[in-house]
Amino acid sequence: MDQLLALLPYEFVQNAIAAGFVIAIVSGVVSGFVVARNMSFAVHALAELGFTGSAGFLLVHLSPVLGLLFGSAITAVFIGTLGVRARGRDVVVGVVMAFGLGLGVLFITLYKGYANQAFAILFGTITGVSRSDVFLLIAIGAVTLIALAAVYRPLVFATVDPEVAEARGVPVGALAVVFLLIMAAAVAEAIQVVGVLLILTLLITPGAAAERLTPRPGLAIAYSVGIALLCTLGGILLSLITNAPVSVFVTSLSFACYLLARFAIGPRRSSRGERRRVAGGAVGAGDPAWSPEGPASTPAIRR
Amino acid sequence: MRDRPAVRFERVTLSYGARAVWSDLSLDIAPGTFVAILGPNGSGKTSLLRAILGLVTPSAGRIEVLDHAPKRGDPGIGYVPQHSSFDAELPFRGRDLVRLGIDGHRWGIASPDRTANASVARALAEVEAQDYADAPIGRLSGGEQQRLRIAQALVGNPRILLCDEPLANLDLRYQQTITDLIAGWRDRSGGTVLFVTHDVNPVLRVVDQVLFVVNGRWAAGTPDEVLRSEKMSELYGSHVDVVRVHGRILVVGESTESGFNIEEPHHPPAAVVDHGDAH
Repeated sequence: MDQLLALLPYEFVQNAIAAGFVIAIVSGVVSGFVVARNMSFAVHALAELGFTGSAGFLLVHLSPVLGLLFGSAITAVFIGTLGVRARGRDVVVGVVMAFGLGLGVLFITLYKGYANQAFAILFGTITGVSRSDVFLLIAIGAVTLIALAAVYRPLVFATVDPEVAEARGVPVGALAVVFLLIMAAAVAEAIQVVGVLLILTLLITPGAAAERLTPRPGLAIAYSVGIALLCTLGGILLSLITNAPVSVFVTSLSFACYLLARFAIGPRRSSRGERRRVAGGAVGAGDPAWSPEGPASTPAIRR
Repeated sequence: MRDRPAVRFERVTLSYGARAVWSDLSLDIAPGTFVAILGPNGSGKTSLLRAILGLVTPSAGRIEVLDHAPKRGDPGIGYVPQHSSFDAELPFRGRDLVRLGIDGHRWGIASPDRTANASVARALAEVEAQDYADAPIGRLSGGEQQRLRIAQALVGNPRILLCDEPLANLDLRYQQTITDLIAGWRDRSGGTVLFVTHDVNPVLRVVDQVLFVVNGRWAAGTPDEVLRSEKMSELYGSHVDVVRVHGRILVVGESTESGFNIEEPHHPPAAVVDHGDAH
């Protein structure tokens, strides 16, 4: 603890904590939608092509953070316009990702700077962000959250119930592209903490853990943000104490949160009756698959 | 005003590319009518609903919905889509699904709203879904989800209700329950129901009119007018028998070497055995 307090006055520590705070909030909110829309693969593609953008920007001596954003945003537009329809989307993602990553390899080969720049992008750099990067990350985060707030309701509608949303006049296709762009920004942010290769630990796991804790959509987002904050800030602090990389702790913490939510807390909450109030008795109350109208329908894989 | 049709088709043709799904459809649907839209798969029943919703544009003719051209997001229309299930872990409750029917299409974040909550509670009570309104929606049975979808469609007080195969995947008992809910709404509100189904029997008691679409041709009228052997043979272009057994109507094609000459066995005798024994 003393060790920690002694570290706090250092600017790089303050930078890391300030950036981590904003990044965690963005990741937590976005990961709920990523999980509900089943877009893990797209997240991965955005991250890897963010790497390409970052490597390209490094090559011409521009900000690698902006490069990340540029790379993932271009990818978002490609995926969005080529594969809005869910069925073809994974194929398009794969096609675009393979090509883009090839470019990234080329850029990093051409780059004559420090090799650890590339390493940092792949595994996270949060304790190395500069003050100006912190402001950039806060700005990107704020814009992302404002955009998400603006489309929140129709995005939920289009995610949960696309047919009726379309009938009610919600621009389902356009929202898919808008959400990809929001994801691109979230990816560029989260890469600062955990890097390209571990991106899913902040953009999938918090949302996946949160949905085990509550059936309320607003509360699920709040839990997801809480988990992302715990993992990110906890990871940064543990890394400062031990000198091991931040990503190691963030991934471990988020995995622990998921296991807890899935096997310890989640099941207990449902047996307390949060899942179902059965009128006039406890018949089947502990079994979520039970229903007075026969077996629950087979859950389909949603995209 | 009551005499103005809720939905009017004037010589409407709908095509995908060069293929006309159905052509030259002219039909007035009076307010308060329960219309069953029948026909084999691929005969354009869903397209007909999508045309009313303004999601597809006819290649010829004119559609009028509540005295105006079809428009996307028309608040006068409630829509119950074809059955699709929800992910079991989705953090979303029936209550939230119904709420989407009020303001889900609006931008921004919903603020706490007592009036909206009261409307949701009323809609849930109407379909008797209060008991599971707070459960994760993906864990509910098909019948429970269907009730919630009807509550969602009705919560905005529409004047027309479009239902696309709302009875698919339901057992016989819940086919009756869902039918009664929809017919009850029609009786109370004077609203119009367009009900796409491959089997007319579950709704036969409440249906005023039938629109039968086959191979781009169509016939409309009361069930007794349309569901006759001559009329069906004319529509299908081959010999078809309409048989009434135990208050059910069966449309049976003449048996050929390749099976029934109706390309989609939508009312073969086997289906009756199925219904009788189901669950």
